[in-house]
Amino acid sequence: MSLVSYEEALASYDPVMGLEVHVELGTKTKMFCGCSTELGAEPNSQTCPTCLGLPGSLPVVNAVGVESAIRIGLALNCEIAEWCRFARKNYFYPDMPKNFQTSQYDEPIAFNGYLDVQLEDGEVFRVEIERAHMEEDTGKSTHIGGATGRIHGAEYSLLDYNRAGIPLIEIVTKPIEGAGHRAPEVAKAYVAELRELIKALGVSEARMDKGQMRCDVNLSLRPNGTEKFGTRSETKNVNSLRSVERAARFEIMRHATVLTDGGTIIQETRHFHEEDGSTTSGRIKDNAEDYRYFPEPDLVPVAPAREWVEELRAGLPELPRVRRARLQAEWGLNDQDMQSVLNAGAVESISETIAAGAPADQARKWWMGELARRANETGTELSEQPITPAQVARVCALVAEGKLNDKLARQVIEGVLAGEGEPDQVVEKRGLAVVSDDSALGAAVDQAIADNPDVAAKIRDGKVQAVGALVGAVMKATRGQADAAKVKDLILEKLA
Amino acid sequence: MPGITREEVAHLARLSRLELQAEELDHFAEQLDVIIGAVARVSEVAGQDVPPTSHPLPLSNVMRADEVRQSLTPEQALSGAPASEDQRFRVPQILGED
Repeated sequence: MSLVSYEEALASYDPVMGLEVHVELGTKTKMFCGCSTELGAEPNSQTCPTCLGLPGSLPVVNAVGVESAIRIGLALNCEIAEWCRFARKNYFYPDMPKNFQTSQYDEPIAFNGYLDVQLEDGEVFRVEIERAHMEEDTGKSTHIGGATGRIHGAEYSLLDYNRAGIPLIEIVTKPIEGAGHRAPEVAKAYVAELRELIKALGVSEARMDKGQMRCDVNLSLRPNGTEKFGTRSETKNVNSLRSVERAARFEIMRHATVLTDGGTIIQETRHFHEEDGSTTSGRIKDNAEDYRYFPEPDLVPVAPAREWVEELRAGLPELPRVRRARLQAEWGLNDQDMQSVLNAGAVESISETIAAGAPADQARKWWMGELARRANETGTELSEQPITPAQVARVCALVAEGKLNDKLARQVIEGVLAGEGEPDQVVEKRGLAVVSDDSALGAAVDQAIADNPDVAAKIRDGKVQAVGALVGAVMKATRGQADAAKVKDLILEKLA
Repeated sequence: MPGITREEVAHLARLSRLELQAEELDHFAEQLDVIIGAVARVSEVAGQDVPPTSHPLPLSNVMRADEVRQSLTPEQALSGAPASEDQRFRVPQILGED
């Protein structure tokens, strides 16, 4: 199927989006039982009668799970329910051994909020939040047999329930309208901002690559100038910021192609494919009533006291937008430079490098220069580069101490990135220290003068600009490890 | 009587991933009718002064500290499973999803 272009799609249709983000909380234990949530444990070693859904077991809610949900709600400018219940979402699928997921239905703990997100050109877009509710994660299936390890053609499946019952907060936006051609960018910026917020709250590491934060992108089109929403598709488990943007973009083009052709959009879930940014049809969505939600009789209602809510509100950390404004002022950046730092995803790295002792301009120089280039080339996130802010700060310190010049510092960074160890180890292994030993340098200078008598004569005659050739010779002899300015001074001194 | 239809039973069967024969659809429609009728009688008794409730006890905010408690061993966890493999629960082919 060939798709209409993005521009053509937008010429006729207006996209409406809804984003559902699941955040796995970083609590020590599961939402309704005391099993550990530690990642990487042996299969089925972190289960108990409650999370296995065995008869007679009783769930009890995790206080930190509730507290985290309230804090997320408050940070999203939500109202916090005075009284709410859990509900059973019934479905028949082996990833939940109970045959239902404990969730919240019509009584979410937090509702009616918003999150302001900043787009790449600095424009601020307000995304309204419908609700944030508490629920639990499912187990992990492995499909055996069949060619691709996928469910189709599999002969049977194996289930590990270690993840079943890990607390999730699902954050649902209201329909995002009016973003027009910027809809995919808004989607990405929203998830990015939400991730920052979650990290600032300390309730989860929110690593998308580890599945700690996952996004479902709901999207529909309506003809430009009309009000009524079209039929939506729901692209599940989109697991990186870039993919969120690509998935929204692809669905806009796909919907437009179907609609332009006189077809109808089917309400279904879709799977996103990283390789080519496309989506393919999943299952036809059950209706909400098919889940036969009903209040969970095994759990009592949650009625957070207003004093507790206010206490949590007062204890919220500085939120990302406020913090960014503060850092911009502290780092002395204009709006444009700050925006580049934000677009490069460099705020944390720079901030931590400064915290590790580097001057602001140096920290920014490395992360926005050498390291940003590398991230770009390899198509990875800046924060994922195999170098820590502390290591960058150490390189800055070595430069400040005069032990490295700029060129050598670059090589040390390269060495650290190549896995050669800490900056000091790279300096030692590669023999990169600036030659500051005056006698060694003096010998190199004498040699250069002896090797280039003509040039030396010119300089003695007052043609000082000829010194460059001798400095070059010394730098070459010291393999770039001398301080060029110092070399120049030494030569001029000797030939004065 | 509420009148559960064969179609409704078929729909429920699909959601429950149950394969039912034609005569079973009729049979279960009748049975479900009886059950729903019995539950409906409760609503007749409940007056305006009895609020709907999801829990028999007037409790709220029963919470647990976030402290790890001992889990079952994988052997114990799997002991009731009809089939297991690689320390995981083995389930038959999953249809109608993905």
